[in-house]
Amino acid sequence: MAAYRSSPALSDGGGADGMGKSQASCFWLLLHGLCCLISLVLGFRFSRLVFFLLFSTTTLYTSAPVLRATTTTTTTTTTTTRTETLTLSLPNHPPLPPPAVHSVPNRTRSRVVVGRHGIRIRPWPHPNPTEVMRAHHIIDQVQREQRLQYGVKAPRPLIVVTPTYVRTFQALHLTGLLHSLLLVPYRLTWIVVEAGGVTNETAAILARSQLNFLHIPFPEKMPTQWAERHKMEARMRLHALRAVRERLLDGIVVFADDSNIHSMEFFDEVQKVKWMGAVSVGILAHSGNSEPTPDRQFREEDKENFPVPIQGPACNSSGQLVGWHTFNSLPYREKSATFVGEAATVLPRKLEWAGFVLNSKLLWKEADKKPNWVRDLDAVGKYGEELEDPLALLKDESFVEPLGNCGKKALLWWLRVEARSDSKFPPGSNSLTYLIVEITGRLDLIFTIAYFGILGDPFYLSELSIKLS
Amino acid sequence: MEEKKKEGKEEERKVKDDEKGKKKYWKKDEKKKGKGKKRSLARMPQLKGGELMPYWLRKGRSWVVIQDKGIKAPSGSAGDVLEDDPVGRLKVFVYELPSKYNRKILQKDPRCLTHMFAAEIFMHRFLLSSPVRTLNPEEADWFYTPVYTTCDLTPNGLPLPFKSPRMMRSAIQLISMNWPYWNRTEGADHFFVVPHDFGACFHYQEEKAIERGILHLLQRATLVQTFGQRNHVCLKDGSITIPPYAPPQKMQAHLIPPDTPRSIFVYFRGLFYDVGNDPEGGYYARGARASVWENFKNNPLFDISTEHPATYYEDMQRAVFCLCPLGWAPWSPRLVEAVIFGCIPVVIADDIVLPFADAIPWEEIGVFVAEKDVPNLDSILTSIPTKVILRKQRLLANPSMKQAMLFPQPAQPGDAFHQILNGLARKLPHAEKAFLKPGEKILNWTRGPVGDLKPW
Repeated sequence: MAAYRSSPALSDGGGADGMGKSQASCFWLLLHGLCCLISLVLGFRFSRLVFFLLFSTTTLYTSAPVLRATTTTTTTTTTTTRTETLTLSLPNHPPLPPPAVHSVPNRTRSRVVVGRHGIRIRPWPHPNPTEVMRAHHIIDQVQREQRLQYGVKAPRPLIVVTPTYVRTFQALHLTGLLHSLLLVPYRLTWIVVEAGGVTNETAAILARSQLNFLHIPFPEKMPTQWAERHKMEARMRLHALRAVRERLLDGIVVFADDSNIHSMEFFDEVQKVKWMGAVSVGILAHSGNSEPTPDRQFREEDKENFPVPIQGPACNSSGQLVGWHTFNSLPYREKSATFVGEAATVLPRKLEWAGFVLNSKLLWKEADKKPNWVRDLDAVGKYGEELEDPLALLKDESFVEPLGNCGKKALLWWLRVEARSDSKFPPGSNSLTYLIVEITGRLDLIFTIAYFGILGDPFYLSELSIKLS
Repeated sequence: MEEKKKEGKEEERKVKDDEKGKKKYWKKDEKKKGKGKKRSLARMPQLKGGELMPYWLRKGRSWVVIQDKGIKAPSGSAGDVLEDDPVGRLKVFVYELPSKYNRKILQKDPRCLTHMFAAEIFMHRFLLSSPVRTLNPEEADWFYTPVYTTCDLTPNGLPLPFKSPRMMRSAIQLISMNWPYWNRTEGADHFFVVPHDFGACFHYQEEKAIERGILHLLQRATLVQTFGQRNHVCLKDGSITIPPYAPPQKMQAHLIPPDTPRSIFVYFRGLFYDVGNDPEGGYYARGARASVWENFKNNPLFDISTEHPATYYEDMQRAVFCLCPLGWAPWSPRLVEAVIFGCIPVVIADDIVLPFADAIPWEEIGVFVAEKDVPNLDSILTSIPTKVILRKQRLLANPSMKQAMLFPQPAQPGDAFHQILNGLARKLPHAEKAFLKPGEKILNWTRGPVGDLKPW
């Protein structure tokens, strides 16, 4: 489209009104010459708007309630030109000054006039909250329609397995997960396995949700070292799987750790699994030292360029599973945390449980068309062996289905953030402090926390933020 | 002509034989009977041999045209008109111009094949190998002159229109001297593709374009152009408005799965102020784009900026509304992109004439916002009932709509090339006054700015 101009042709219609035509043209010619000379002398373009402002300052200021003139100066980097932009804000007024209209004889003139128009700005340019809610409603309806049209036709219920235990940040993490699960449009059962037995705190949080949950106690207490904690979590998950097997729950088993961040598209994607699937998990290895991380927008294409490790299935060009992208812990060797609550990087295992999903029929004793490449659940862990990842449940790894565009989409983000073991949440308060955590993942998690939380006492806020960093 | 008549008779016989089986065929005609214009034998134009081209089969009460010559198509209904097949309804003769008018220009600057004005080049290529092309000019209904007027590019890639009027004039002089068909009608059965900003006004600046007006020599010809604005000097009556060229392969390559949820409410990427040419604002886009920026730059529902992201096409597929405001000219490739990616186009351009307006029901697909209502854009968009929005999205998902906006190579049925031919076929037969009596002259060859008269 046209952008090349040799010299801008301004139709300064404002000043020309009321003058004789020949006089006006002479005057403007002289003015133009004067401006050209000035520009030559100064070395940059001299805006003629200065004259407009000079001549009409009185009119501008007397009619102040009508016009609001803001001048902004912009400097371009190629030439040091100072141009003054005059924005006229006109609440419901027709465009002024009257632009010069070229009337071509014997032709119908367009009702749309050529020339300078005012830039209309409404006096209160902020969004109306009712309209914002309406817009979100529209988006929700559109997405629902999309799901109906293009999504899975017969969605299966989900079984979400979460190991948890009472600690300072439990309320933070668990409520976050709770709200993510509330947004899931499918039927779901939430199996919460708690280390150290059933406690009132956890029960209180779970009771606040409107989800269908199963609160299962696990007798051992959670250890204080990360390595032990990872192993114990695996045992807790296995315990939950046994519960699924006993109760013959039907659906898709998803491992959602309470501190992870899930994309809503993750729950849509797992509906496509047949028996066992794997998705890509982004690892947000929290550095512990509050280095200013640049503001990163994680788009799938930029994954290769940014140093965010991804764990997940690796495919060849025809879309078949050939291997796994695992977490490389070499760069973090010195700085990794050993104790829970330590201010250092927490490293994930080679392959996290969260990246795998299974059809619950794999866990049943007897199931229709159950494949033979899966081990019987009773045989797993019988001799106290440690389960590293769900692949230990299988005899043959190659049957795992890669999901999420063959692992190219990172649908969930792994994060472990724990406070120091002697810290406490504000006692007696039902609130969540809104922490500025360096999670560069899903913003809706932070939004939901803030929405449902009450800003706590500034003292506790600062105490907690110090402990984090 | 004899063969055609025989063929027609055979078809007639076949229809009679399959009367019981092919009830569908008759139903189709009854539909046409309601909407189409009935023609009497007397009104059919006589061709040069005294033959009457179409002949009629009367069956019951419905008049059925077996032969080609174009029934006036029903206006407004999207499905059937878009899928009309122009083959057999018209014949186009392509003039053989010396390569300095087309090939040599393209060789000098191959960027002309990828910019948004490339429709003129691809139309030429399409016509050369299309079944509507005829090598016999006597039987042609339309004549095409392949002259690439929008291929003189600056180093930045923008076309300079300063030599285009002379080039066009020189081409017309050539065809009028070497073939008798221009003088026979003074161009009334010729069509030209002029995809530049203001069409055949040949200037990028609107005031200058209006001053120039349409090139005088083209005043009787049909213009196929991207520019369209009602009551504007540069839009002739009877012009065919086409979409700007958008590279089909590039867009296909960036498609994402349709179940990706649309989470952006309003999306726009582009300039709001043209700092190089209109730093004060107010001229560019008649202040509408600047108004959008000033009112909605802090609104979280509006994802608008001047950045050039690598995921522009992907982002459009994740948006519910895509803004298509005017720029220096009212049309923009954003409309094409919005239709292809299923994002509802919000057209902010007063009095714009959209491409193929007689075949595509733009009112039902897009949202039109007057320039004076731009400050209330968020209220307007959020007050549209959800039912209407879902309906628009369903209409946009129609593949024939998307196909009609594209210029694929090689041509596919239902694409923009065929829509242009359909448009030309709908204008047939030519009116009586198109053909000049011998000795009659309407065009004044010396009219226009003096600079245009110089030879090219």
